[in-house]
Amino acid sequence: MDLNTIWFLLICVLFGGYAVLDGFDLGAGPLLLFTKGDHDRRVILNAIGPVWNGNEVWLVTGGGALFAAFPNVYATVFSGLYDAFMLLLAALIFRAAAIEFRSQRPEAGWRSAWDGAFAGSSLLSALLIGVAIGNIAWGLPLDRGHEFRGTLLTLLHPYALLVGCTTVALFLMHGNLYLLLKTDGPMQATLMRWTRITVPSYLVLFVATNAATILFNPNIAAAISRRLWLLGAIFATSIAVTLNIVRELRRRRERRAFLCSALSIVTLMGLFAAGVYPNLVSSTLDPAGTLTIYNGAATQKSLQFMFWVAMIGVPIVLLYSTAIYYTFRGKVILTDESY
Amino acid sequence: MTIDTLSRMQFGMTASFHFLFPPMTIGLGVMLVIMQTLRITTGNPLYLSMARFWTKVFGLIFAIGVATGIPLEFQFGTNWARYARFVGDIFGSPLAIEGIYAFFLESGFLALLLFGWNKVGPRMHLFATCMVALGAHFSAIWILVANSWMQTPSGYHLAQQVKETASGERFPLSADLGEVAWTLREVPLPADTVVRPEDLAHVRAVIDSFSEAILNPSTLQRLAHTVFACWMTGAFLVIGISAWWLLRGRETAQAKASMKIGLTVAMIACLLQMIAGDATARGVAIHQPTKFAAIEGLMRSGPDASLGLFGAVTWKRDADGTIVGVNDRSVRVPGLLSVLVSGDFLHPERARATVVKGLEELPTDELLRRRHPTLSDAEIASIRPSYWPSVPVVFQTYHLMIAIGVALTGLVCVSVVACSRGWLWNTAVRPVQWLLWLLVITPILSQIATQCGWFTAEFGRQPWIVYEVLRTEHAVSAVVRPSQVMSSIAMFFVIYALLTVLFVQSLRRMVRGGPSASGHGAAVSAATDDAPILSRRTGGKAGG
Repeated sequence: MDLNTIWFLLICVLFGGYAVLDGFDLGAGPLLLFTKGDHDRRVILNAIGPVWNGNEVWLVTGGGALFAAFPNVYATVFSGLYDAFMLLLAALIFRAAAIEFRSQRPEAGWRSAWDGAFAGSSLLSALLIGVAIGNIAWGLPLDRGHEFRGTLLTLLHPYALLVGCTTVALFLMHGNLYLLLKTDGPMQATLMRWTRITVPSYLVLFVATNAATILFNPNIAAAISRRLWLLGAIFATSIAVTLNIVRELRRRRERRAFLCSALSIVTLMGLFAAGVYPNLVSSTLDPAGTLTIYNGAATQKSLQFMFWVAMIGVPIVLLYSTAIYYTFRGKVILTDESY
Repeated sequence: MTIDTLSRMQFGMTASFHFLFPPMTIGLGVMLVIMQTLRITTGNPLYLSMARFWTKVFGLIFAIGVATGIPLEFQFGTNWARYARFVGDIFGSPLAIEGIYAFFLESGFLALLLFGWNKVGPRMHLFATCMVALGAHFSAIWILVANSWMQTPSGYHLAQQVKETASGERFPLSADLGEVAWTLREVPLPADTVVRPEDLAHVRAVIDSFSEAILNPSTLQRLAHTVFACWMTGAFLVIGISAWWLLRGRETAQAKASMKIGLTVAMIACLLQMIAGDATARGVAIHQPTKFAAIEGLMRSGPDASLGLFGAVTWKRDADGTIVGVNDRSVRVPGLLSVLVSGDFLHPERARATVVKGLEELPTDELLRRRHPTLSDAEIASIRPSYWPSVPVVFQTYHLMIAIGVALTGLVCVSVVACSRGWLWNTAVRPVQWLLWLLVITPILSQIATQCGWFTAEFGRQPWIVYEVLRTEHAVSAVVRPSQVMSSIAMFFVIYALLTVLFVQSLRRMVRGGPSASGHGAAVSAATDDAPILSRRTGGKAGG
């Protein structure tokens, strides 16, 4: 396996890690609006309180790693999707502000305004991330210099919007399942009822997205012919873990249900990766504009140096991150320090 | 407005707004480590409530810092895509390292710092505090490495990407070879290659040595200079709030103890800053002479160069309004600049003979000829000003930074003496009140100084984005339109204005409430308000 492939996988791990982790706290955002009363809303905020910040670092680090390993891709995607990314940045800033400032004042109006901002910005972030992934999976109109030659409307085609909606549904379900782990009593019962909506919605969109990909995605035929078995295996796993969420919930095994939801995200990332490799962004305009893990990459020297940087750093990160998650395990108890 | 002006405005606005917050968290992180250590070693509950209060403040500042920091990670791609392609092989690495080694550490252990008071023991909590502070410093290291490489690029060469066929023939990247198989090759270019905008499609900077790129000529002094500025900013935040409490006669026990810790850190940081600031300026004189001449407003080369103190330097224009030089209306000390540049303080006569180059011959003829091979000598001289940064701006920002730095250092010296003699607590006395009011505004002064410092560094680097390699206007994204950037500037402006209001309100509420606002702190300060609160050990430390 060459360094470019290793970095392709590492980038997928970072963005996949981001989706698994920030996925549940982005999903918890809109759900907050459906709870009644300040106490329940605070429980949701504090369920993600100690971890959302660290979760978002996966996105920032993913961005940095993409810059270091595939600078051309970083430049093309972020300048091409300028408006969408600016909106995403605004949403992420609002989200952070909402979490921080909501608890600063006790007035009901103040709090519900921030609740709205929190829910709205979480929803918008999830949607924009989904639309961006949908566009990259579909391919972008890139010229020979790898520059984006489309408009904002190019990005809003049906397939990308479908992936956007699927991402929203996925994160809502993921957030819902996470909150089951962090609550008990009547609140957990309410959240359990909600899974009857969030899980099936995701299942429907999961099927729709996969069907649309197989039927319409311009890159899928080449990917299937190149690595049918790998794609098939990930696809089968994906269906299995996704359906297993329903089964685990019936048996009231919330932890396993959440785990399966996380695995569902991982397998989707896997399908995406296996579907596009060795391309990172394929061009719908001119095949010469396609950015691959070779023409989009930094030099071998850089990739090698950063490989060792990651090999030393990432295990340490995983170690203490796990320890910190472990410290905050169990149900939410509101204290003086809580939001 | 052109796309590069707009993109510079946006980057400048988002970066300088962001840079209000990390210096406070870096400095406050150090303070928290000291407070938590004192809490464990003395067992005095005062330090617990103190640490709890300042941790809340830290959490607020950190949150805004994170929120405003995210755009910076992505703006190199959104607004400066050609820059990102050109330097990605070198510049992306420190950003990625910052993510892996700094941001994860900071934000992971921040959870324990903010929410772990009852989940982990005091020692573990201190450990978490140390990790947060360490992460904040790591973050400073890597972002300074990245920025210093833009100032003094090294450890790289320029390379041209070509298509190479199986037979070894090389074609330009743009060539259409049809069915012929080819591989991508990078051909090294000579060191003096001029990077033109049209070359950016196939020329980029390629790493030679990571150690040279990371430890480029300006990294260490600029890192030290920035970190000490951060310590000062954090310390002055604590000092300012404590002074306000003292003047209001509230939280007196907390205020005194916080003031001592704050003054200790500020004193150390101010002294170290004198050394680091001097080293940074000398580094600029050696490695970025054009920038150095600009920040001093120095037109003529020669020995016995004078140091500007204050005043104004304006553009001198000819009849058409073209810039031809500068009008110097500043108060200057003859010869001092030469002495400072030489660093030879023991032999003033020899030091005064040190030649400092002025803008009249900077950038060098050699560089200008290389970039404009067809121009005559007269034309080279007339094009020179287009290679100068905005002298009137950087002269002011640089000298304002120094003036504030010197004033703050003097103020800290006076306050340390007043504190060690116990005068500072005597708030009924007028001069003490004046001193305390001065201390109340130090958080704002130190923010102005750090902002001025960065403006000097970044405006002073212009017109280059990579110093003397790539011009800023050539580095903007090819596909982003001015209207898009205008919208995003408006968006950021509204959001940041809102954040400013919210932040100031929240901080004010926290300070008004004070440590005793939380149930925990109330019991402690009620119990200790009238007692001699500080152990002799900490009192001595602050005094010395």
